[in-house]
Amino acid sequence: MSKYLIKRILLAILSVFVILLITFFAMNAVPGGPFNSEKATTPAVRAVLMERFNLDKPVWQQFLIYIRNLTRFDFGVSLKTGREISGTLSTCFAVSAKIGGIAAFVAVIIGVILGAIAALFRNRWPDRLIIFFTTLFTAMPSFVFATLLLMVFCIQLGLLPVFSTEASASKYVLPVIALAAYPTAYITRLTKTSMLDALSQDYIRTARAKGVTTRKVIFKHALRNALIPVITYVGPMLAYILTGSLVVENIFNIGGLGKQFVQSITNRDYPMIMATTIFLAVIMVLMNLLSDIMYKVVDPRIKLD
Amino acid sequence: MDTAPNKNPLSLQIDVSRFEKATDEEKRQQDVMSESTTFFKDGMRKLMKNPLAVGSIVVLVLIILTIIIAPLVVPYSYSDIIKVNGKRDKSAKNLAPFEYSKQEQKFIDEGGKVFPHIMGTDSMCRDYFIRVVEGTKISLTVGLFASILVLIIGVLYGSISGYMGGKVDLIMMRIVDIIYSLPDMLIIILLSVVLNETLAQSNSKIIQSLGTNMVSIFVVFGLLYWVGMARLVRGEILKIKSNEYILAAQAVGAPSGRIIRTHIIPNCISVIIITTALQIPSAIFTESFLSFVGMGVKAPMPSLGSLANAAREGLQSYPMQLVFPAVTIVLIVLAFNLLGDGLRDAFDPKLRR
Repeated sequence: MSKYLIKRILLAILSVFVILLITFFAMNAVPGGPFNSEKATTPAVRAVLMERFNLDKPVWQQFLIYIRNLTRFDFGVSLKTGREISGTLSTCFAVSAKIGGIAAFVAVIIGVILGAIAALFRNRWPDRLIIFFTTLFTAMPSFVFATLLLMVFCIQLGLLPVFSTEASASKYVLPVIALAAYPTAYITRLTKTSMLDALSQDYIRTARAKGVTTRKVIFKHALRNALIPVITYVGPMLAYILTGSLVVENIFNIGGLGKQFVQSITNRDYPMIMATTIFLAVIMVLMNLLSDIMYKVVDPRIKLD
Repeated sequence: MDTAPNKNPLSLQIDVSRFEKATDEEKRQQDVMSESTTFFKDGMRKLMKNPLAVGSIVVLVLIILTIIIAPLVVPYSYSDIIKVNGKRDKSAKNLAPFEYSKQEQKFIDEGGKVFPHIMGTDSMCRDYFIRVVEGTKISLTVGLFASILVLIIGVLYGSISGYMGGKVDLIMMRIVDIIYSLPDMLIIILLSVVLNETLAQSNSKIIQSLGTNMVSIFVVFGLLYWVGMARLVRGEILKIKSNEYILAAQAVGAPSGRIIRTHIIPNCISVIIITTALQIPSAIFTESFLSFVGMGVKAPMPSLGSLANAAREGLQSYPMQLVFPAVTIVLIVLAFNLLGDGLRDAFDPKLRR
């Protein structure tokens, strides 16, 4: 176990390092220095500026300084707004995390329930209906689904406000649905296959033979074991929700990290792009690590290699 | 019971008298009734029995036929304002499907003929049908080429890693692990932004005509998306490698390249084909996502994602402009997904769940 843990953690650290490398060199590769647009600079002023921002040092030293700043949560200053990026990041992330968290929660609950129903009613109409919708939702990009939701519920039916400024709960309904649709469909399929697998195991037959009630067999023996593969999907799901929020937040006009990111892309606000990328990427790597470790902890049958 | 002359009980000689001749009917039971099939034929037969797979093939063929035929039939171009009688028609803005603009109506009343706008027009007076067709063409092309790129890199990398084994395999797979754990969409966006800036300064003809965004999409696919394929191919090869015929080939002295080409690749071809079929929708997804964020194909070139993005502005008044590209994306992705599932069921019974 500890060997696996160490290996997995090392891999995560390496991934984060690679992400840092990519972002740093991507930033350096952008043509034109940061002070090229300043009109009234003399070479002397420029040299002072270069020294102030450590741009006169060799690249590897710049990289080290950059990493040191990151560990202090210091991402520099946004080119567009001139504000500290770390502040913007944390306020925006609070909004995104709220919506994303609700979406993830909804996806897991509904996905597991639907998956279990599909497995128990295998090849009958509930199963077919559920599989039809999950197939449809896995083929629909989040932005298509989100815009369709907006169109139907806000514009055609007028049930919910299109762009409400006040922070009402109804504002979050559609974004959560849009974000949760794909993960729900995926979890449903996952639960269905693992549930079918669990139901065909010997211990289910033993439990039935002992005279355990059907409800107990399903909830205590089958569903519990069927849930294990769902844990592995938690990491990728959060990654999906975070990237999905890039478009969903823009469509529903929510001031979260996704909207901030797309805005900084349109504005070519490089420090902001880098900071958001690193921030999101590290979260995703950590989530993957957590869900992988959880998986091994929960299921002792899994061989540790 | 034992009437035959006594002989050595250990003798292997068969006692003919204890056998009887088979009747004609019994002989016929041994006849091979059906023709022997090849692996490919058998797979195709199974595929054709799968209604979902056949349906998706029909849908895809129809879409491809539309892409080929529509530009020949429809007299409009995807990038130009509609012309009536040789004059630009600025009144043909945001028309509903099969609606005519004032100028066109006048022209028709005078006895002229105007080709109907099957999906109406967009906010810049361009025929929307031909734009959706062109967008579909571009999205499909991107998907196809990106998957071919993934196919080539993934198969090469995976087969080298799997075949070499040992330390080489270990190092190569660690690299794959790292790339696998990178959040691909973020890296794509980041690299596209940066590549855009760097490529914009180059004067290469290919880059200029394709648009820098397109090039960066391909670069990123080439850098990041092959890892899944590489893993699969490596796994298959490790399985195949333990077969005796590989050992025999090695014993005879066949070079590695020949063993990979003639023994290993044909045996894992089904896995490769299935993964490629499933890669196409994922590439289309990525391209449309990037276009939607505003980093897709170069204007006025349309793609399904950029069309959907453009339609967002007029969503309240002209929702159909969103519906057409959205439905097309869903249809294409759905068809490829179902076809991929069908291929898997038909050609690789081991992968079936």
